[in-house]
Amino acid sequence: MREVMYWQAINEAMCEEMERDPNVMLMGEDVGFFGGAMRVSRDMYQKFGAKRVMDTPLAETAIIGAALGAALTGLRPIAEIMFVDFTTVCFDQIVNQAAKVRYMLGGQVDVPLVIRTQGSAGKSYAAQHSQSFEMLFAHFPGLKVVMPATPYDAKGLLKSAIRENNPIVFIEHGALYNTKGLIPEDEYTIPIGKADIKREGRDVTIVAHARCALQALEAAERLKAESGIEAEVVDLRTIAPLDEETVFESVCRTGRLVCYEEGHKNIGVGAEVSARVVENCFDYLDAPIVRVAAMDIPIPCAKELEREMLPNVDKLMSAVRGLFGDVQMPGNAVNVVTAR
Amino acid sequence: MSMPTATSSGNPAITDREDAPNFLRQMMLIREFEERALKLFTDGELVGMCHVSVGQEAVAVGVCSELRADDYVASTHRGHGHCIAKGADVGRMFAELLCREEGYCKGRGGSMHMADVSLGFIGCNGIVGAGIPIAVGAGLSVQYRGTDQIAVAFFGDGATNIGAFHEAMNMAAAFCLPVLFVCENNMYALSTMTCNVSGAKCVSDKGAAYCMESMIVDGMDVYAVRQAASELIGKIRNGGGPRLLECNTYRYYGHSKSDTRPYRTREEEAEWRSRDCIDTLAKKLIDAGAITQEKFEAMHANVLKQIEDSLNWARACERTNPDEVGKYVFAE
Repeated sequence: MREVMYWQAINEAMCEEMERDPNVMLMGEDVGFFGGAMRVSRDMYQKFGAKRVMDTPLAETAIIGAALGAALTGLRPIAEIMFVDFTTVCFDQIVNQAAKVRYMLGGQVDVPLVIRTQGSAGKSYAAQHSQSFEMLFAHFPGLKVVMPATPYDAKGLLKSAIRENNPIVFIEHGALYNTKGLIPEDEYTIPIGKADIKREGRDVTIVAHARCALQALEAAERLKAESGIEAEVVDLRTIAPLDEETVFESVCRTGRLVCYEEGHKNIGVGAEVSARVVENCFDYLDAPIVRVAAMDIPIPCAKELEREMLPNVDKLMSAVRGLFGDVQMPGNAVNVVTAR
Repeated sequence: MSMPTATSSGNPAITDREDAPNFLRQMMLIREFEERALKLFTDGELVGMCHVSVGQEAVAVGVCSELRADDYVASTHRGHGHCIAKGADVGRMFAELLCREEGYCKGRGGSMHMADVSLGFIGCNGIVGAGIPIAVGAGLSVQYRGTDQIAVAFFGDGATNIGAFHEAMNMAAAFCLPVLFVCENNMYALSTMTCNVSGAKCVSDKGAAYCMESMIVDGMDVYAVRQAASELIGKIRNGGGPRLLECNTYRYYGHSKSDTRPYRTREEEAEWRSRDCIDTLAKKLIDAGAITQEKFEAMHANVLKQIEDSLNWARACERTNPDEVGKYVFAE
């Protein structure tokens, strides 16, 4: 094993797949000489040249439309959208075109397209550069949505995504690029659609993804130390398709579920996970399901305002403790889903 | 960039050309396919949406006659004609309209998503303008692979006011991609006259912003379209970069079945019908003695028979299987 940063893991995945398959190419705003706005593709332009690491116009509809057209005619493009917030500009190409073209055409085409993008709240980037859109994309049949939390997951999942013949929205967490983790020396891939139990525990299941999975691990350690509560942390890794099996198996063992995410609570990933658990594991639940998520207001710039509206480790811990009856329910960010 | 040029009468020698009867037949095939599809709707045999291009056939045939089998075409919600002109089988098209398993899209797409990818026809599209950047992507793929194929984006005048058109034109021009942009200017985006809602006097003027050679042709004259397409495609195939072709044409029917056309006069429609692409070419060929009236009538009867035979074949195909509704969402 060796230690790499999250951005390096993504960079390595792209480089290895480009070496493996000459039809893989990267396109997007500033991905070339500059190495990407988040510097994830640094040195790739020098390594592969302008044809395979292509700077595009600042035109998201053209980027995704062209990447889709190329994917339908023999290439395997990776199209980078600088911020996940900007995917709204090309929503038609992602949702009406890429997601549906295979079905609409009765299976005549494969769509080997990866849309790489990133986002993160908590940086005072305000309302248009801090959002979580995974639940939007996960809503539409035909798209797969991947959100890695660690360098290991990022590399293995991106390599699988590039080899898939389906359109993938690969959302990196912008606050994790410089975090470190171990990856194998040898080549590996991670199957899309499989959650990962990042910490085992008998008392409560915390379902999270991306940075929230790491924060859930921190919360679990502190809960154990402070209250003796053993929390299991399920990192979804893939939002669509959702790995129900792993979630159900965990909740049936622990009897308690807390859904933790950075996006808004309303119609969020936690809402979907909760609904499925209630539909399938009702008899195993010992407590109401709790969702810890961002408040349903636009994301503000001011640090103190943003901190107030976002979930965090402390809010998560309060929510977990609340399930065990020894603390009062905290404020805005936590509500109870009535399970009966 | 060169200025738009107006050509209308086409090649004076067309009546001597061997391919003329074939062009006539292809335009008639598109016409009768769509007329028959409309009747199927009226009779209640078809459901859903159906946008027909009756009146615009010369554009589809004129452009596609200059394409190779391995060239790509991305089309619009009004794309039956482009599909047939690229070589699609009308039986399988009827089967798609009738939601049969043998339809091109196995009943998943219907009229608005007709496609035969094996012919390079990568799809009609339900979203105005959306096929244009996809065609540019096909052009990008061609350039990447280093072949001499080209990609064609068909679109209407309404689409030239949407962002996707401009983003796609810009990207194609910036990267010198092998793409022919073909605007079927039938003057109306549903009820709205495009000239009333566009700052540009004509669509081809929009090519100037991207230093793109642009031409205007009489879209009712199949040879005028073909001649312009030939000239532009030649340059594109030789690495000259994208070109824009604006074809002035007219859809005889409304935007869709429910459109009763209150926004235009019957006189205007009659004027355009008097320049009908099929009638005009047939008359030219007959007057010049290239074909006889009897031959023309026989050709028409033959087209009608092909349409009925294809329709009956499609009717006999199996309907889609509800147990397989989830098939084709994802590739394995």
